[in-house]
Amino acid sequence: MKHLEEVADIQKGHEALNQDRITVGLATCGISAGADKTLEKLHEKGLLIPIETVGCAGMCHAEPIVTVRQNGVFSIYGHVTEDKVDMLVAAINENRVCQELFLGHALEEIDYYKKQKRLLMSNCGRINPLSIEQYISAGGYAGLINTLKKKPEEVTTEVLASGLRGRGGAGFPTGKKWQLIRQQPGKRMLVCNGDEGDPGAFMNRVTMESDPFRLIEGMTIAAYAIESEEAIIYTRAEYPLAIKTLQEALKIAEEKNLLGKDILGVKGFNLKIRIMKGAGAFVCGEETALIRSVMGFRGQPRFKPPFPAQSGIYGRPTNINNVSTLSLVAVIMSMGASEFAKIGTEKSKGTAMICLAGKVKRTGVVEVPIGISIRELVFDIGGGVVEGTKFKAVQAGGPAGGCISEQYLDTPLDYESLQALGAIMGSGGMIVLNDQACMVDVAKYFMTFTSGESCGKCTPCREGTTRMLEILDKITKGLGTNEDLDMLKILCNYVKENSLCGLGQAAPNPVLSTLKQFEHEYRVHIDKKECPSHACKNLLTYTITDKCIGCGNCTRHCPVNAISGKLKEKHVIDHDKCVRCGACFEACAFDAIERK
Amino acid sequence: MPDINNVIAKYSSASDLIPALQEIQEAFGYLSEENMEALSHKIKVPLAQISGVATFYSMFRLKPLGKHNIAICRGTACHVHDSETLLKSAEKKLNIKAGEITSDGMISLTSVNCIGACAKAPAIMVDGKVYGNLDDKKLTKIIEDLRKQG
Repeated sequence: MKHLEEVADIQKGHEALNQDRITVGLATCGISAGADKTLEKLHEKGLLIPIETVGCAGMCHAEPIVTVRQNGVFSIYGHVTEDKVDMLVAAINENRVCQELFLGHALEEIDYYKKQKRLLMSNCGRINPLSIEQYISAGGYAGLINTLKKKPEEVTTEVLASGLRGRGGAGFPTGKKWQLIRQQPGKRMLVCNGDEGDPGAFMNRVTMESDPFRLIEGMTIAAYAIESEEAIIYTRAEYPLAIKTLQEALKIAEEKNLLGKDILGVKGFNLKIRIMKGAGAFVCGEETALIRSVMGFRGQPRFKPPFPAQSGIYGRPTNINNVSTLSLVAVIMSMGASEFAKIGTEKSKGTAMICLAGKVKRTGVVEVPIGISIRELVFDIGGGVVEGTKFKAVQAGGPAGGCISEQYLDTPLDYESLQALGAIMGSGGMIVLNDQACMVDVAKYFMTFTSGESCGKCTPCREGTTRMLEILDKITKGLGTNEDLDMLKILCNYVKENSLCGLGQAAPNPVLSTLKQFEHEYRVHIDKKECPSHACKNLLTYTITDKCIGCGNCTRHCPVNAISGKLKEKHVIDHDKCVRCGACFEACAFDAIERK
Repeated sequence: MPDINNVIAKYSSASDLIPALQEIQEAFGYLSEENMEALSHKIKVPLAQISGVATFYSMFRLKPLGKHNIAICRGTACHVHDSETLLKSAEKKLNIKAGEITSDGMISLTSVNCIGACAKAPAIMVDGKVYGNLDDKKLTKIIEDLRKQG
């Protein structure tokens, strides 16, 4: 076995991480906030300190993020858009901290990070994602070195002992999955499921963009443990940057003999990893559908058994793990199973990456020890709901998940506790909802999604989701009846019990969980034809009252030119044209627009 | 215009179907019947099966896009930030519906499930680049810029 020093110039990595340097976070979120322009402008300034690009630190709400290490002093800056570069450079030139943009001298000083535990994300936003030197210098590939000292079955036992459960949603023990496939004869396949189709979840994108070698290392360990020589990363075509980063990282790993033949000089340990781009089908997150897709067919699931471990891609035993799961394997083999198992709860070990989005102040990707309460997550880390509004619920787990209302905020984040509430851990997407969100509308939104993504193979899901959507649509338009609500409940249970795969079985969850905790909202829509949150647009009418002074401000804000009137005279809304967006309502400074 | 035979030269088996379709779409902007037929002969997969796959996955298009494409994200976080109104407003500004293309062929409009920029909701993707925290004003500016660019 080769030493890592022979593989890459780690000294160079050490220097890069510890010397004076400026970093700019250049993942998707950063770029969308203008980090590419910030970087360009920084380069123009002719600074003596080297500038490097890194991935995403998870602080999406403060992008673009720039860090500066100057004379050994490390500072993190947020919201560094192009126009702020001059201000920052002036401070750098005077060797002082730029107070206006300053967030902290270390991540741990920033509120957003205080309750986080970053195992998977320790490199994110810190290292150059494509520098193997920096990855190794930051502790990378120590997990693989430890792995190669053991026999494959010992590695499997170690992962089982760590208590790691699949982070894709179902929470099946990873070590157990590996043991099952190890019993199957034949050429085994390893698949990394990066088909993150769950709307509201983007943690896998962050890992692939910001720390690709961690995933590759985890996959290499998994391949060693299940004795497979061929692996596929199945990921979304909607993530162009992640695909490009992974492709380059795979090439570098091959050049360094961290992939390919006789990896690290271990005779007979071969692994080839290739990327397969998905083509946009949520159902392909389901294992048997993913397998069909890899073989070039429509991504439709099939009955189990046989399980993928018995008969998967081209009938070969196939082991499918999620991106976070495989990356955590690299962490576990580096820190040791017993250390890892100290984090988390009795039944759910380690950390979980969670995407915080929706109406929360601090959006982004966080990594927390499993067992942290939902309240800590939303309020201590996320900073609570946006100014001037009230917390209503958290939607956890996307289209297969459910809502958690205020009374359950102290529920610990773990597989069993969330399931008891009708929500799921899922892949870890959490959308925070405030009092402006209508729970019937939320249920309808997810049903629109699942009915559109239903593959059409089995009748309960294909027809059931369509019929449920029709009923929800009626209710949000004020046309629903009590009989509709009864039928909705019957359909929910029927689809849940009779659908072929996980997509259909979980499709009713958003309806069931909102019905359980917010049935009164459904009732108001049906009995009074009103939407208490003013979100169901068909139940709203905007009218201009006599308070109008004819300033014309509403006309300018209306996206569809539905408001007319002469200057200094009362204006009128054309209800046929009006899309009920509320832009005029927000814009009017004279309270002259009434919303009912 | 690239030659279809060159585009699909490296593909030979049925399992290459999805990557081959992706490459055809990248080269031509969409999947035409002629190109799918050429692929059918090359990899020996019936045209009906190719059509089945092409219509199953949301990424594949049977019609060309505009010179520029605006994709409005309809993911959960974007929905909570009222991307529905944003979509309607874009339809109004461009005078087309989602899935259509302006009469001069310049701009097309699509609605997509989730582009994974949830923390920047509402977000859109224009020619592969993500723009976050969108509002009506920013959208107007983006469309104006695209028109100016030509």
